[in-house]
Amino acid sequence: MSDDQDDIILAELDDEELVQQMFDDLYDGLKEEIEEGVQILLDRGWEPYKVLTEALVGGMTIVGHDFRDGILFVPEVLLAANAMKGGMAILKPLLAATGAPRMGSMVIGTVKGDIHDIGKNLVSMMMEGAGFEVVDLGINNPVENYLEALEEHKPDILGMSALLTTTMPYMKVVIDTMIEQGLRDDYIVLVGGAPLNEEFGKAIGADAYCRDAAVAVETAKEYVARKHNQMSA
Amino acid sequence: MTNALSKLLETRDWLMADGATGTNLFNMGLSSGDAPELWNDEHPDRIKKLYSLAVDNGSDIFLTNTFGGNASRLKLHDAQSRVRELNRLGAELGREVADAAGRPVIVAGSVGPTGDIMLPVGTLSHADAVEIFHEQAEGLKEGGADVLWLETISAPEEYKAAAEAFALADMPWVGTMSFDTAGRTMMGVTSADMVKMVDDIPNAPLGFGANCGTGSSDLLRTVLGFAAQGTEKAIVAKGNAGIPKYHDGHIHYDGTPDLMADYAVMARDCGATIIGGCCGTMPEHLSAMRKALETRPRGERPTLDQIAEKLGGFSSATDGTGDNEAAPKRERRGRRRAS
Repeated sequence: MSDDQDDIILAELDDEELVQQMFDDLYDGLKEEIEEGVQILLDRGWEPYKVLTEALVGGMTIVGHDFRDGILFVPEVLLAANAMKGGMAILKPLLAATGAPRMGSMVIGTVKGDIHDIGKNLVSMMMEGAGFEVVDLGINNPVENYLEALEEHKPDILGMSALLTTTMPYMKVVIDTMIEQGLRDDYIVLVGGAPLNEEFGKAIGADAYCRDAAVAVETAKEYVARKHNQMSA
Repeated sequence: MTNALSKLLETRDWLMADGATGTNLFNMGLSSGDAPELWNDEHPDRIKKLYSLAVDNGSDIFLTNTFGGNASRLKLHDAQSRVRELNRLGAELGREVADAAGRPVIVAGSVGPTGDIMLPVGTLSHADAVEIFHEQAEGLKEGGADVLWLETISAPEEYKAAAEAFALADMPWVGTMSFDTAGRTMMGVTSADMVKMVDDIPNAPLGFGANCGTGSSDLLRTVLGFAAQGTEKAIVAKGNAGIPKYHDGHIHYDGTPDLMADYAVMARDCGATIIGGCCGTMPEHLSAMRKALETRPRGERPTLDQIAEKLGGFSSATDGTGDNEAAPKRERRGRRRAS
């Protein structure tokens, strides 16, 4: 709280400077400043979708990269996600009203027997931060929960999380059931959790294993882009 | 403060702790998702068996089956009203096994994380965390635990809240964190940070260290980081028996008893005084570790290269400590005062 810096008045910044400042404010988890910035951009006539992608998602991408690279850790990421959420609350109804394109959607939950949800919550927040719609099924989900949610929400992605070596095999049960019912290829299946690794992800038939929430976001973007390309091909 | 653990530490220059709790209980038929703490009441014979496996294979210290025995975790099983009882039972069973061992064995009352994230980023207040840990501590004390044993913590705030609760219960304690994210805890704490934190805690632990995490090499790198700070407190090394691998529908840890024996001796050479295992560490691992600790001579403090050569590579290039590692920082614009 030193006085040797002049306060920056967000409304006095031009668009480019304001977006840069919002990147910084997201990085620092300043929720009120993000809400103010979003409102200013909207008032200047920005499309809600442009505010989302250029200011918020752009800023969260930096947070994601620094989390991946070990510069930021969970506490900072949670604060950034919280600030992002403030901005999203303003944008959400406007995005729906303007029929803006969607980034993609995800159903996520920890598998049956697993009640550890910090990692899953982090992925949810980072995915929302990247503009995805996330349906969070919470903890301890039997295969039926996943299938019902897939049926109801028709997401692009199914995300499963497990923190225990004893619960991670259940991911295979879910994937095998999807195969049996002929649903597997309709969805991108991403898995994660502390004891997992890439080899495990392959062994159970997931599309990808994601080491952390930042990798989950990058992987999700990549797969959703690929899926959309396939559909339009 | 005189207590069974500090007495034992005065007479011995290393102690062996126990191995896995979960991995062993699953072998006895626990289904995943169930609260192991309920077995303190439902299957006391199996819990005594679990403790005996550690004692019979050379552990000087074993942890009670109470890791998830706090109100916040037991709530997920609708057993939050049984905190005191389940912890007391877990410690009582431990007391029975330890007192029948014929040598000094320490009953360490296991206390795991609440699973909640603390304010301001999360929802759990300091006062609530203290209350949650205090309730559990009283149960363990009542059941006759010699010390309390905080483990797998990632947030410094939670570690400090537990320390405060243990002071309220007037119990000696040991506390370890889990360094699983590029050599840091999930919340970004480095080995050096932890030493600093532990030194500043009013109710100081008898020992501190690392448990679980990512393989035995990473864990020893963390122990070297503790030792480099020149701490006087006992350092605890409780690493997993390798890394979990998936085979035909089940998981097993790839660390062999021979590897864990090497790990144990190297942990001692790195500066650890209390050495044990964590996930995947079975009785056969413990017995190999005990034998190695008793028969192999102490050696020089190993280098990172020597650790990697013997136990396998590290999960990340660095661990956030060290001179050559100026913390990467992002170029920032001028900061605005929070209005």
